Amino acid sequence: MAKPATKPKADAPAAQTKSSRPGDNSVSPEQVKSFYRDMLLIRRFEERAGQLYGMGLIGGFCHLYIGQEAVVVGMQSAIVDNDAIITSYRDHGHMLAAGMDPKGVMSELTGRRDGYSKGKGGSMHMFSREKHFYGGHGIVGAQVPIGTGLAFAHKYSGHKNVSLTYFGDGSANQGQVSEAMNMAALWKLPVVYVIENNRYGMGTSVERASAITELYKHGQAYGIPGEPVDGMDVLAVRAAGEKAVEHARSGQGPYILEMQTYRYRGHSMSDPAKYRTKEEVDKYRTERDPIDHVRKLMLEGKMIDEAQLKAIDAEIRKTVNDAAEFAQHSPEPDPSELWTDVLAEA
Amino acid sequence: MPIPVSMPALSPTMTEGKLAKWHVKVGDKVTAGQVICEIETDKATMEVEAVDEGTVAKIFVAEGTEGVAVNTPIMILAAEGESVEDAAKAAPSAAAAPAAKAEPQPTTEESPTAARPSAEKKAAPPAPAAPAPTAEPEWTGKTVRMTVREALRDAMAEEMRRDGTVFLMGEEVAQYQGAYKVSQGLLEEFGDRRVIDTPITEHGFAGLGVGAAFGGLRPIVEFMTFNFAMQAIDQIINSAAKTRYMSGGQMSCPIVFRGPNGAAARVAAQHSQCYASWYAHVPGLRVLSPWSAADAKGLLKAAIRDPNPVIFLENEILYGQQFEVPDDPDFVLPIGKAKIERPGKHVTITAFSIMVGKALQAAEELAAHGIEAEVINLRSLRPFDTGTIVDSIKKTNRLVSVEEGWPFAGIGSELAAQMMDHAFDWLDAPVKRVAGLDIPLPYAANLEKMALPQSDDIVKAAREVCNR
Repeated sequence: MAKPATKPKADAPAAQTKSSRPGDNSVSPEQVKSFYRDMLLIRRFEERAGQLYGMGLIGGFCHLYIGQEAVVVGMQSAIVDNDAIITSYRDHGHMLAAGMDPKGVMSELTGRRDGYSKGKGGSMHMFSREKHFYGGHGIVGAQVPIGTGLAFAHKYSGHKNVSLTYFGDGSANQGQVSEAMNMAALWKLPVVYVIENNRYGMGTSVERASAITELYKHGQAYGIPGEPVDGMDVLAVRAAGEKAVEHARSGQGPYILEMQTYRYRGHSMSDPAKYRTKEEVDKYRTERDPIDHVRKLMLEGKMIDEAQLKAIDAEIRKTVNDAAEFAQHSPEPDPSELWTDVLAEA
Repeated sequence: MPIPVSMPALSPTMTEGKLAKWHVKVGDKVTAGQVICEIETDKATMEVEAVDEGTVAKIFVAEGTEGVAVNTPIMILAAEGESVEDAAKAAPSAAAAPAAKAEPQPTTEESPTAARPSAEKKAAPPAPAAPAPTAEPEWTGKTVRMTVREALRDAMAEEMRRDGTVFLMGEEVAQYQGAYKVSQGLLEEFGDRRVIDTPITEHGFAGLGVGAAFGGLRPIVEFMTFNFAMQAIDQIINSAAKTRYMSGGQMSCPIVFRGPNGAAARVAAQHSQCYASWYAHVPGLRVLSPWSAADAKGLLKAAIRDPNPVIFLENEILYGQQFEVPDDPDFVLPIGKAKIERPGKHVTITAFSIMVGKALQAAEELAAHGIEAEVINLRSLRPFDTGTIVDSIKKTNRLVSVEEGWPFAGIGSELAAQMMDHAFDWLDAPVKRVAGLDIPLPYAANLEKMALPQSDDIVKAAREVCNR
């Protein structure tokens, strides 16, 4: 993933869900293009994963990230190497944004030996130590104390790194999330809590699940600052991300960003999504799509022309096709793998 | 190349469905993400979206068709620049090409399983034989007399001196010096960066410890009692124990969860449970339960050095008991090795933690009856030292298992099963279990005593299997 060579100081005021313009937050046209490319990769990858699921090549649970792409791409652009990333089971987008190889991710989805977990973890349980991606966690909310512990390790070791700890609106009500926030604030740990509020925890809307629906306020009991962010706007995400990351990195403790976003697909592949209207989904897709938004920005700002857009589309399509092809031909894990990786040898 | 589209599976269990409605017709241009048709199953109606761009060249399955099997070709798209006519000529069978190997197998609703790409069902390979633990060297050097409490503290202090990534966290471990004074003096020596008082949030700080271990540290997480660790058991099992496997060996979780386990004195049911069999059940964990101060020191040091999550089950009543301990900062016990505390030839008695003392007391009494009992201190419940027990049974032909926890699905049940597998031909009597009664532990002194195994119970069981 492309990163700015020098990180601009995040002195711009937080984007209070306002729309961004090109040129905001010292983002270069090249960066905007790379955001577009990264978001499109996630979108196309997820569509292909959905297709392979439909073909029976991916099993079990498969939670797609379509609609939420701006969140991870914007946040990834706000951190530096060695910052830790951790999230829930809706994790394919985070892995691609972290620079993990689409072939390895797709091969894990198909349960093959070239997958990031050698086929033993699946969609919800993937990791990359090299990219500082700490999973991929299947238990709602469990990644939040763990992400807080990664921040603890950074602070303990004297590293100037932060932990980006992602969770959804569903997790926001978990007891262990409050427990972790309390300790993070108490010990001033360098963690940014990124709440991806896609408005439904499986089939239950935020209004039906949270007494306080402004999830960025959920840290107030512990004095943790938070703000809402337009999670469909990658530049707004980036601006808020830089501010939050700077806060955590400079030793001021945790920060909460509530990304207001939307998932187009069901909770998992087998969710008929009867809890929301077709009109609601269509409205987001046609009026708020994060990828369309950036495409329009680039065209209006004359950063790119149709031919270049087509070239990016073709390049992404090839990457995804190659990944899908690779993932179908990678062999199944050897039976001997059943017994490996249970324990480390002392 | 024309792009085939086949009937998708919309859930892990779907094998067929009804093609309820087409949203496109031949000649329509479709874009990726566009809804092309609706599919109904007995559970739901779902929209199917196009994955590729193209023009609809041919539709193979008419609207309203029921029982369309997953992976049946349903339509074909002409890719950009291709003629619809040519694409339409592509045989329907071509549509299934990439999916030819995928045969969703009928599965039950309760257990969604992945469609297996390979049809042949292979038997799982047998578990590899566990490497034999290194035998504990006979200690011939100098020893010092100390309490279990001091031994635990010394083990932590020595390992913290040795390795800067080791730290201790838990409720009251620092300023209060430990609820049971196990961490006495550690705050003074190591400071509040490495000896950390937590709020009373077991689930949260257990998870935080797991994260710190993923991040390269070696946390020692103290639970004031393992009864409180039930609040944290999801992090211990789902996060600490399973992540190495789920990550294909990439992730490591070197962490020790320690604290008193089992009954103390008159603290009643919620503070008195033995969790040995709960944790011993779980692959990915090591479970240790020391009896003596030497066990406590040698095993805790081994636990802290081990690269895996270790459950370290102590006992509150033992904290104040004194034992001889090897006087050497490099004294470390092997994990996975039981210890014969008293040799004998008539009956084997296995026990762990505080029950080792009761078993030794029983052996003393049995000797008066002419029965020489061999008492084995299990020490390590996972991995389990089956070999030492089998060797003993080859000599005694009888086994009594003693534990404080409940009998059902307990350590003794596992032992009995293990001996059926490995020592059946050497047994002259059924394996006998002495365990806590199958009730929540009562508060009243007399009832509590009746509910927990006493040396008399062990004597009775041993005499029974020996027929005298």
